[in-house]
Amino acid sequence: MTQDRKTFVAWLQAAPMMLVFALFFLLPLLFVTIVSAWDYNEYEMIPAFSLRGYTDTFEGCIADLPNLCTILKTYLNTLKLCLLTWGLTLLIGFTVAYFLAFHVRSKTWQIVLTLLCTIPFWTSNVIRMIAWIPLLGRNGLVNRGLEGAGLIKQPLEWLLFSEFSVVLALVHLFTFFMVVPIFNSMIRIDKRLIEAAYDAGASGWQTLVNVIIPLTKPGIVIGSIFVITIVMGDFVTIGVMGGQQIASAGKIIESRLNALQFPAAAANAVILLGVTILIISALTRIVDIRKEL
Amino acid sequence: MVRMTTTAALELVQLTKMYGGVTAVDAINLRIPAGSYCCLLGPSGCGKTSTLRMVAGHESVTSGDILVGPKNVTDLPPADRSTAMMFQSYALFPHLSVIDNVGFALKMKGVAKAVRHAEARKLLELVDMQPYAARLPGQLSGGQQQRVALARALITSPQILLLDEPLSALDPFLRLRMRAELKKLQRELGLTFIHVTHGQDEAMALADIVVLMNGGRIEQQGSPRDIFNHPRTEFTAKFIGGHNVIAVGGETFAVRVDRLMLKRPSEAVAGPSVAGTISEVEYQGTYVRVVIAIEGGPEISAQVTETEFDAANYAVGERVLATWDPAQASLLKSTSSAIVRSPEKAA
Repeated sequence: MTQDRKTFVAWLQAAPMMLVFALFFLLPLLFVTIVSAWDYNEYEMIPAFSLRGYTDTFEGCIADLPNLCTILKTYLNTLKLCLLTWGLTLLIGFTVAYFLAFHVRSKTWQIVLTLLCTIPFWTSNVIRMIAWIPLLGRNGLVNRGLEGAGLIKQPLEWLLFSEFSVVLALVHLFTFFMVVPIFNSMIRIDKRLIEAAYDAGASGWQTLVNVIIPLTKPGIVIGSIFVITIVMGDFVTIGVMGGQQIASAGKIIESRLNALQFPAAAANAVILLGVTILIISALTRIVDIRKEL
Repeated sequence: MVRMTTTAALELVQLTKMYGGVTAVDAINLRIPAGSYCCLLGPSGCGKTSTLRMVAGHESVTSGDILVGPKNVTDLPPADRSTAMMFQSYALFPHLSVIDNVGFALKMKGVAKAVRHAEARKLLELVDMQPYAARLPGQLSGGQQQRVALARALITSPQILLLDEPLSALDPFLRLRMRAELKKLQRELGLTFIHVTHGQDEAMALADIVVLMNGGRIEQQGSPRDIFNHPRTEFTAKFIGGHNVIAVGGETFAVRVDRLMLKRPSEAVAGPSVAGTISEVEYQGTYVRVVIAIEGGPEISAQVTETEFDAANYAVGERVLATWDPAQASLLKSTSSAIVRSPEKAA
């Protein structure tokens, strides 16, 4: 086969994926970006260039200084939820992956336990979220239990429809996205490296810090990208678990959509995309994940 | 540059390792004098690697004791044993530069960066790898990686260096070169080296003491020359290579392939002999290998000089007598009556 023909076949093989990618990702993204620069009024969008979507979003941001305007507050709050969720999923995900990779010796048990982690995914996201409500509500299992044990006199209000319940649900839903890539990085670590560290007098903690964590970095970054992108754009979990009281970046887009202000929604989507890309490029700056792929 | 080093003898007393119900190392006793190069030799599964890993402290001991010099180290962690291990395929930390790999043990002890880098540089100089200090292990060749692994193992000033199949990751050409370097380094440092290998040529070339293991026990130990010239069992004779195992009159002897003499049936034979037919003649350059099929048994081979071969001019299919000087044959303990040819790698 000639070189040209080979190249052609390679492109042909990649074509279906490219087509799907172009049709269902690049094209919509392009539309969103275009629409974000359209004009709109109370009930329709007007196909004329205008940055009203953006200016409306940042309305009063300069005038209100030094106080923060709504959009900045919302983004800060979203970042806070994102950071909390990221920190907790990382801690739990790393621990679970470490256990699976280094404490479970047999391959069979590793597979069985990993599959066990996927069981929650057999039900829908929403059901897994709603399942927390009877547990955390005013008259839920936790409050009843604590009252019964005499630890509290009045039900704890912050258990449900609070940032606590939002972070709890997010951690519950997305820890597995952290476990898988970290576990994948960990099982690739040559066990002899651990022995070599032990031979050199490293304690368990020193081995973790000097050998395991550096070699697990690609998995940590990939897991972090999953969790951060999902949480930054989330509005369902934050809506349900926050009792529709907590503002988030995704929530702004949803409410703009409900108000049929498509250009404003699109502008917010573009802003969110920009923020998320910034976070991820900062992460990949730290670690070259191409090694892992 | 030669560092100031101290070295220690190694003594194993009734050392045993069991995995579940399987005995990997069966109550071995061994004493290796300080400063000697010892090769633990044997086929895979003979217990040599388990023994080394127990000495290193990476495998728990089922029973028995390990002594480094006067100190019983059986239950000490690896870093407190005055031993250091060089792992098979080196196990260099892929995310650390060469100098950080070498200085790793010092970092674990909390030695300041400047001090440990200075120390690591000295060792890199010893193994001639100073120009590569900033490289990552992945950017080095196999031989270079081995040198870095050596430097890393030596930085804790161990009294005994343990090497787990150090040459197996190298191509044959490099293996010969690194083999020579290992021996030279051991001589210069004067340390006790314990080297695990399954290659009898490697053990022959390097060791002061060869410990041949089989089935969790020590089959035979001694200097390479002693083992080669006086194999005591059929296993030893076959594993060490270069021998024919020949059964004559109910006894089994090991006869070196180059000590086997060929005679025509018409010639007078003084010593013991077996009769057979030449089944193969291979010209090998420095010698000619003649394979003889014994009646009712397998083949044996004789190594004949080119001159001798030309003088006799043997041909395939010819009947010959293979004979040897009884003083140069070793009586084997094994009672096997089978006639077994020595392994092909014999040379």
